[in-house]
Amino acid sequence: MYGKGILKGLGVTLKRYWATYTEDIAWLLRGKKRYFNEDGVRARAGKDTRGIFTVQYPEERLILPEEFRYVPFLVYDEGAEGKKEIRCTSCGICAQVCPPQCIWIVRTTNPATGRPVPVPSNFFIDADICMNCGMCAEFCPFDAIKMDHDFEIASYSRNVLNMDKLLKSASYYAGIRPQNAAREEEARRAKKAAKAARVEASAT
Amino acid sequence: MTTPIHTSTLDLSARFPGIVSADSRPGYTGFIVEKDKLVEVAAVIRDELGFDLLTAVTGVDYLPENKMEVVYHAYKTTGGPGLIFKVQVPRVDPIEVPSLIEIYPGADLQEREAWDLLGIKFTGHPDLRRILMWEGYEGHPLRKDWHEPFYEDETKPFKSRWPNGMIQMAEDKNPYKDNLKFPKDFDPEKWIPEGDALLYGSLARYTVKQEDGFGTDRIVVNMGPQHPSTHGVFRAVITLDGETIAGLKPVVGYLHRNHDKIGERNTYQQNMPYTDRLDYFNSMSNNFGYALAVEKLMNIPVAERAEYIRIIMAELSRVQNHLVFIGMLLNDLGAMYTPALYAFEERELILDIFEAVSGARMMCNYFRFGGVARDIPDDVMQKIKGLVFERLPTKTDEMERFLSENDVLLSRLKGVKVIDTETAVKYSMTGPVLRATGLPYDLRRADPYSIYDRFDFDVATRPNGDLLDNFLIRIDEIRQSLRILEQATKQIPQGPINSQKPSYQVRVPAGEAYGRIESPKGELAYYVVSNGKPNPWRYHIRPASFVNITALEQMCIGTKIADFVALLGVLDIVMGELDR
Repeated sequence: MYGKGILKGLGVTLKRYWATYTEDIAWLLRGKKRYFNEDGVRARAGKDTRGIFTVQYPEERLILPEEFRYVPFLVYDEGAEGKKEIRCTSCGICAQVCPPQCIWIVRTTNPATGRPVPVPSNFFIDADICMNCGMCAEFCPFDAIKMDHDFEIASYSRNVLNMDKLLKSASYYAGIRPQNAAREEEARRAKKAAKAARVEASAT
Repeated sequence: MTTPIHTSTLDLSARFPGIVSADSRPGYTGFIVEKDKLVEVAAVIRDELGFDLLTAVTGVDYLPENKMEVVYHAYKTTGGPGLIFKVQVPRVDPIEVPSLIEIYPGADLQEREAWDLLGIKFTGHPDLRRILMWEGYEGHPLRKDWHEPFYEDETKPFKSRWPNGMIQMAEDKNPYKDNLKFPKDFDPEKWIPEGDALLYGSLARYTVKQEDGFGTDRIVVNMGPQHPSTHGVFRAVITLDGETIAGLKPVVGYLHRNHDKIGERNTYQQNMPYTDRLDYFNSMSNNFGYALAVEKLMNIPVAERAEYIRIIMAELSRVQNHLVFIGMLLNDLGAMYTPALYAFEERELILDIFEAVSGARMMCNYFRFGGVARDIPDDVMQKIKGLVFERLPTKTDEMERFLSENDVLLSRLKGVKVIDTETAVKYSMTGPVLRATGLPYDLRRADPYSIYDRFDFDVATRPNGDLLDNFLIRIDEIRQSLRILEQATKQIPQGPINSQKPSYQVRVPAGEAYGRIESPKGELAYYVVSNGKPNPWRYHIRPASFVNITALEQMCIGTKIADFVALLGVLDIVMGELDR
């Protein structure tokens, strides 16, 4: 029969149309909100989502997975009296591995001896060139450069991030990537303990 | 792990003594053919030896040896290893190599590309114009002695970045403050664009004189580059006889960024995120091909768990690509916008998985040499299983119920011929379009890579090669991909995800490698030449979209202009990959 296929197709559309309302009513009956809260967004991004699944950005936001990566930042540890202890040693691995070469590092030299000091005197990331590939964070041996979750950095001019803008605290990092931060902390502690044991063994 | 053997064991040099010699450079395979006998040898390779599919034609500029080399990769559509043959010519202009277009018409656009980027003149090519750059462009950018306006150094990493990296904008160094360079004594007032004259001139053979006295004319229509059906900036210059297409020339290159040159400046590791930007719907597949090529050069195994993760990601990528294809095809045909949105809903869920494992939805940068970058977290694995076993099969059925019996759609698609098997093979076509003509040529079976030989699945084919078959084969392929995914998610073992120690520099011994995969759009291959340094000497991509449009003219001649949109639609081109 001509038109049967069309009706079948329209049946699918109708079912999908109704699914939005049946879902809304089901959520209402459970006394929960389907829109503008985290549970609702999570359900709409889950595998059983039915009906409308649009997320109304910016009022609603998708829940970022821990691995989400955006323009990198530099991590500092909070020392005594709010002193920023920068983890970066300006070894330059991130600048060498960076595919679009958007990382610029100025190494500090001791004016008295002329020898390099393991701390950057300046650090730039050209955020317009950065392709958010995450290689700098992946290969940094000191957990000093990490990928951010803050993706709303649109600006009217060239977006060059310097040290001031790049430095973020270790607690901020632990906030956005709890599992990674805990794992790295554990690894660092183990390394430190092994080193201490070695020193002790060589002393005796 | 079994590394598929890619070089045929047959001895071409015994067949042609004095004309063909085996390539004896360490790390290289294949045969070097005398330039003057190339056409003759190629005819034997195709007709007697049965290598009927010429997949890649490209050039390599061996500047230190002062040689230019053209490399051909030929395969059999019945499967099995390929045959590499090469021609070497002195690097003195004019560099001339006979064109193989008579033997393999699929060489057409690729020879034009080699002329454009490397300046190799293919004698006998009927329409040897530039293809990615414009006529009148100065120089051939892929030559090793050509430098871009933002040139800083031959290879990355640039020394200006560390340890004294005071930031300097690239555009400040160029007098025009932009990525552009003019030839000496260039006067824009006096410049006459010669490209259009050549382009329309090449269409002149379709203008016929009317003999019956009626004053009917053929008209030339420029479709695109800004046209919603062209999936980006693709332009087709069409000669029309009434409503019927009499001739067609594709004009591409609007999105060209010389990916090959960027790749040759980069280190091996740095190329991985760049491959994401080729076919931006399938960054996982792009990573896969490049990783295979470099692993072959490095001769390293891949971690067992990583092999499974790679298959899962590549097949998920295929599922979402085909879903979007269906949505976009319907969009092209005028079914705004419901099917596309339904497809995008499933795609979003798959992209969520990519984001959770790799950190980005589209630009995944997930594969590493010897494995992958990160492990799949347990909760994500659960979500993949949920999608593969529950959601995607039902949604694929729903998509089929939604569209494949629709009478309006059927009358639009059924019987509109896309291409037949013989022409498709002649024009080096691969992927679902070739399989929809009835030829079961799928690299996952024909030339198995990674661990595809462990899975139980069928190569989807359709017999007729019309638009409807091209639409239905995508649904078949989604089902087969889901079959692979079901097995892979069940069998995936625990273990390390990389066979190598993570290192920001990799050592790649000198040699050449051709890594090819069955991407959702056809054969995607990387031809990488290493000279033992940290950067590839040659990094060539054989994109499925680019080679598939070689046959576009053959497909369209004789059809109505209204069908052009659908015919271009089923090729499933992506300009990021086509223009590179």
